[in-house]
Order: sequence, then C-alpha cells, then structure tokens
Amino acid sequence: MSEQLTLLPGYLTAHLQLALVALLIGAGFSIPMGIWVAGRPRAQRGALALASVIQTIPSLALLAMMVPTLAAVGAVTARLFGLELTSIGYLPAIIGLTLYSILPMLRNTVTGIAGVDPALVEAARGVGMTPRQRLRLVQLPLALPVIVAGIRTATVWVVGIATLSTPVGAASLGNYIFSGLQTRNFAAVMVGCVAAATLALILDGLVHMLEIGAQERRRSLIATALTLLGGLYAYTGVTLAADWLDRGQPRVAIGAKTFTEQYILSELMAFQIERTTGLATEVVQSLGSTVAFDALRAGALDVYVDYSGTIWATIMERDRVPEDPSAVLTEVGEYLAREHGITMVGALGFENAYALAMRNDHAERLHLNSISALVPHAGSFIIAGDYEFFGRPEWRGLQETYGLDFAEQRSMDSSLMYQAVAGHQVDVISAFSTDGRIAALELRVLEDDRGAIPPYDAIILASGRLVEEAPQAVQALKALLGTIDAATMRRLNGTVDQDGKSPRAVARGFLEPSTAPHTSRSAPADTSGSAPPPLP
Amino acid sequence: MIELVQLTKQFGETTAVDQLSLTVARGELLVLLGGSGCGKTTTLKMINRLIEPSAGEILIDGRSATAIPAYELRRRIGYCFQQVGLFPHMTVGENIAITPALLGWDRDRVAARVETLLELVELPPATFRDRWPRELSGGQQQRVGVARALAAEPELLLLDEPFGALDPLTRDRLQQSFRTIRAQLGLTAVFVTHDMVEALILADQIAVMHDGRLVQLGTPSELMQHPADDYVRELMATPLRQAETVEALTRESP
Repeated sequence: MSEQLTLLPGYLTAHLQLALVALLIGAGFSIPMGIWVAGRPRAQRGALALASVIQTIPSLALLAMMVPTLAAVGAVTARLFGLELTSIGYLPAIIGLTLYSILPMLRNTVTGIAGVDPALVEAARGVGMTPRQRLRLVQLPLALPVIVAGIRTATVWVVGIATLSTPVGAASLGNYIFSGLQTRNFAAVMVGCVAAATLALILDGLVHMLEIGAQERRRSLIATALTLLGGLYAYTGVTLAADWLDRGQPRVAIGAKTFTEQYILSELMAFQIERTTGLATEVVQSLGSTVAFDALRAGALDVYVDYSGTIWATIMERDRVPEDPSAVLTEVGEYLAREHGITMVGALGFENAYALAMRNDHAERLHLNSISALVPHAGSFIIAGDYEFFGRPEWRGLQETYGLDFAEQRSMDSSLMYQAVAGHQVDVISAFSTDGRIAALELRVLEDDRGAIPPYDAIILASGRLVEEAPQAVQALKALLGTIDAATMRRLNGTVDQDGKSPRAVARGFLEPSTAPHTSRSAPADTSGSAPPPLP
Repeated sequence: MIELVQLTKQFGETTAVDQLSLTVARGELLVLLGGSGCGKTTTLKMINRLIEPSAGEILIDGRSATAIPAYELRRRIGYCFQQVGLFPHMTVGENIAITPALLGWDRDRVAARVETLLELVELPPATFRDRWPRELSGGQQQRVGVARALAAEPELLLLDEPFGALDPLTRDRLQQSFRTIRAQLGLTAVFVTHDMVEALILADQIAVMHDGRLVQLGTPSELMQHPADDYVRELMATPLRQAETVEALTRESP
C-alpha cells in the first residue's frame, strides 16, 4: 500500500494535467461555440448532432482511435511542415478527452441561452441594449446556472474518463487501475478509484462554489474558489512546462501492453539500458495491443516486447501455421524490417502462447490432455477469452483445425478469466502459457496436438530511430536475448501476481540479484515468510 | 411629435397593420384601443423598432426613426411591458439604472435618478432599492417597470397594457399614479389597451383599431358622441352597458 501511495503524486499530477487542460480547452471551445450557434438554428442542429455522435463513441475507443489517427496526421505534417506529432501519450489523450467534454458544455450553453424567457430578451431590446450587451448583461447571466451545470457534468466525466488515458500511453490515475487489475493488486485499484473520485468531487465542488458565489454575489466565496482553481491550474501549468523542458533530453521510450509479463519486461529493458548505457528511459505502461505496435511504427515508442505469433496472425494476417514453426520467427523479422522499418532485436528465450486451459481436476476426470480430446465435450462447455481472443485469427485457426464448437463463448478481462475458470464459472479459458496463475490456480494447459497455434516467441522490437541513434541501447538489449526461459518468466510473473512485488522491483532483482535479495533468481524466498513458495 | 405615415406590417400572408397613419402631439397621450389581434401592440412596437415595419414611415420630431441605430432610438424612448420584464438577476435599483448606465451617465447621477424615480412611483428607496424583483408584488413590480421606462428622462413613453395583469384595486391605484406622474413630467405617451374604462380615464386621444386598420381617431367625447361606425358605437357603449348591469344587480339585491 505504501509503495502504491508513493506513486500517487506523480499519477495525480499527470491526471490533473489531462483533466484540467482538456476541460479548459473544451470549455474555451464549447461555450463560445454554444453562444455563437444559439441564434442560428441550422448551425445549432449541426453542432449538437456532431457533439452527440462524438459522445456515442465509447470513450476507450475514442481515445484509442486517436493513436492511429495522430500517426496518420503526423506522417502528413512531418512531410509537409517537418512537424512531428507524438501519436501516443499526452497528445492523443488530451484530444480525446477534449472531444468528450464538448457535448455537455455545448448543449447546456445552447439550451441555457434558448431557455431565457423571451419576454426578458424583448425587455433587454426595449431598454436599448445592443445584441452584445443583451448577451452579456441578460442572456448569459440568466443562462449561467444551466451552463455551469454543463461544466460540472463535463468535469466529472473528464476526470473519470481520464483514467482511460493509460492505454494510449499517458500516465494517469488509470495506471493504478489497469496495472492493479492485471497484477491482482486490488489495493492499487482502490487507490486509483478513490483518488479519481475524490478529485472529481473536489473539482465539481470548486465549480459549484464559483456558481453559488456568482449567484449570491458573495465575493469571498468567488475569490476562494478562484484562488483554489487558479492554484490547481498554475500547478498544472508549471509541471507541464517542466515536463516539456525535460522532454528536450533524449530518452528511450519503452512500451508495455496490459499484462504482468509486459510490465516486468518493460522495466527489465529500461533498467538494462540505463545501467549499461546511461541513457535516460521512460516506461509507458498498459498500452493497448495494437496501440503499442502503431506507436513503435510511428516512432512514438522505441522498444517493446511482442510475440512472433501475434505479429504473424494479427499484423501479417496469416492464419495458417507453416510446416516448420520456426520459420515464423524468421519471416516475422524479415517482414517487420521490410514493411515497417522495425528491427527485431531477437528472442528472449521463452514463448508466451495462447493456450486453452482448464481446471486440472476437471481435465483429470474427463481424461483430457489435448485439444483433440476436448472436441467431443465442447458442445456442453463454456469458453472464456480475453477481449481480443475471439476476434483473432488464432481462434479461427483453432476452430477450423479441430472443428471446435463451444456451447457458449464469453469475452472478459484476462485478470478475471482465470478466476472464472478456477471458480467453476466457465470450463475452458484462453490462457497465456507463461501466466503464473496457471500453476497457482491448478490449471492444465491442453496440448495443441495438431499445431493450430503459431509459436509465440517473445521478441524485442526496436524502432528504426533507436537502431540509428542509439545503437548502444540495442547492444544492451541484445545481452538479454536467450536469458529468460518459460520457467523463469512464470516465476517472475508469479512474484508479481501472487507475492505482490512491484514489476520494477522484480525486474531489478532479476538483473542485479545482489542488490535486491527478495526477488533474486537464486534466493526467491520472501523474508516475511507469508508468501507462497516460488513457482517451479 | 410622432407621426406614423402609411405604416404597414405583414407577417407572411397576414397583414397585422394596414397603412396606418396618425399623429401624436407633444405632451399628449394617445390610446391605441381595440380587441386582440387588431394590430395595436404591433403598431406600438414599430414605434421603437422592436418590430421593423414592412412599409411606411415613422417620424419622431420630424426625423425618421431609422435615422439612428435601433438601440439608440430605444434608449430615448421609455417602454413599459405587459409582462413587466424586470431582470430577475438584478436588484430593483439596478433594473431602473439600466438605460442611464447604457447611456454612460456617471455613477452619482444614476444613483440620484434611481432615488427620484422610486419616490415618484411611491416605493420608498431605502426599502426597495436593493430588493430583488421576485420579492415584490405584481403592482410593485409594475411600478418599478414604469420607473425603469422613465429612467433616462425620455420625452416619449410607450406602454403595452402595463396594468392589464393586475387586480382591479391595484390597477385603479396605478392608473391614478400614472396620471399624476404624466402630468408632472409633461410626457408624450402611446398607451395600448383593450380596456375601455382605462382608455377613457387616461386618453387625450383614442385611436380605435380593427383588423389592422384605423377605424376612428378622436377625443373620448368625440368618439362617444360621433362614433364612425357600429364597431366604435358598440365599443363605446360597453362601459355604460356594464355599469347599468351592475346597477340593476345592486337594485335587485335586498
């Protein structure tokens, strides 16, 4: 818990940088826009329809879509104006959040102004106000409560949705939630949720305070609210400026997708590069699967670990596994270099394959060891997969090769999937072969006896930029190749998922066993003695 | 002082005001009288250009009303609304001060003017200046409405059924106050009403309108004695007929 709390200032600052800036830009756009369209019925319908359409896009999708969009826009601006856009991190998050904040503020401004009693608008004309004076002295003050209600709605939404910035590479309180869910650290999830909710309530309260102050003409209240809000904005501005100045220094950006192994490997690579080359690094965690690849291709990430089978199936869109599975690795490396200018540094030494797993006792009872043996039972079984699984070519390959047809298939978060099978909620899951939970929850991996699933060698991918500008970093990473076998990876995963160690501590312990005895390779026992024994 | 020349207003196919011409002399109160939809309010609103005429002209002191921007014209003409239209987010004092403030009067002059006007409409300034409109009765609100219309010392006042929504006693009191105020200030005014009694009490001249046209223009007694047609005759007879009915009823009761 205390380790989680030390992360709080950083994540909270990042969260404020996202929410406050998005709200400021959103309000700066939506409210004048609402005022402008208020007297123009056609523009008003158009603006509201557009804002509603944006709002109907699920927020996670809206944020994730910003990554390829920015990468595409960035490619054009780079060619035309030499302006490089970073397609992951702060920029896509801020654009997505700003878009999301528009509807409540725009709609409330429009309806607030439209809702002013027409008799009062005529009275305003009658006493000799110009259109501008009418707006400033009568329409806006009377619409204020409705407009402020819109700002408050947007505030609560944006603070909440800002947690979804994590998968597009912007740190936020969502880091607690995403990594906490994956590493089964529910204290972290709790910290993230409570902090986000508290922040939302505080900001909402400050806006409300401003509203009451304006309505009841209590200057002290207005001054207090403005001082507090101003302070938050000043803090945000200063920290953003500091980040921006800091950005001037080159650093190696290392990505991680949203599961434990990726968190550990990203920290591992960061530490390896830092201690070997002295280069500064930055770890961007909890990226969506294709977000990481897109970011690497666009140069927003320098390095991350992917799996040969994933590239083979998802990026290259191949659904047949070649006779000689080792050909996959070679072909993937050639393809990445040829098509995307990405360098495959090499394989780490283990595979993390998609595998079908079920409870050991269940499989034992039915004498199931292989997927072929599963086929006759599938009609009465429920299978659960992570969000991607049922949309992936590997699943189609499995179905076609074996003629699998389950009674029901359910998509769920991968962290809940393991609990579901252990708790008899589902019969089969799409596990990852290195997951520490397979052993911990007494699951059995069914053998892919007909070779439908491609090999999933963990491979380090590096951007063309890194290879060119920091070859010493690539050299440092080469030292990691072949050093992690499946058993080691499972054990490291288990240390995080079961023992509650942080991925960073586990990574450092792996590379420098002497400095971190608790998580070293040779002496993995926990001194407290309360943790379960290390996995085999 | 005001001259309406062939004034016409069309809303789509309907003609709300049809080639209306009339003159109001300085210091005179003209009542525009007629039933609902006869065009009297439209006519009134055309005078300060809340509604722009489709054709015809309005001359104020011999100059066209369109010679200056509409908002400048309106600052020189007091306007009293049927719905009063006090701004709920401004105090009584601030409501009255609007037009002087728009004209750029200095603070002291505005404050003194608000004081004078509140006294004129019989609302003690110390009690009422800082109250909110919602805290006032209907009659008090309309008194503030009159004060606001008079704030910038206009020579011309337009009133659109200002006392229409008030109870009979309050209406009567306000009508009396208004007569006194007008006499004191020597105002020229155009007053819209459909209430015959109100018209007879306040008017120097009455313009009877029907279907957007001017039916007859004259003093109350001229209209009584020489009604131009059956409509005017009928209209003028209403108060007397009502009085007779009331009298008959009082006689019947024991």
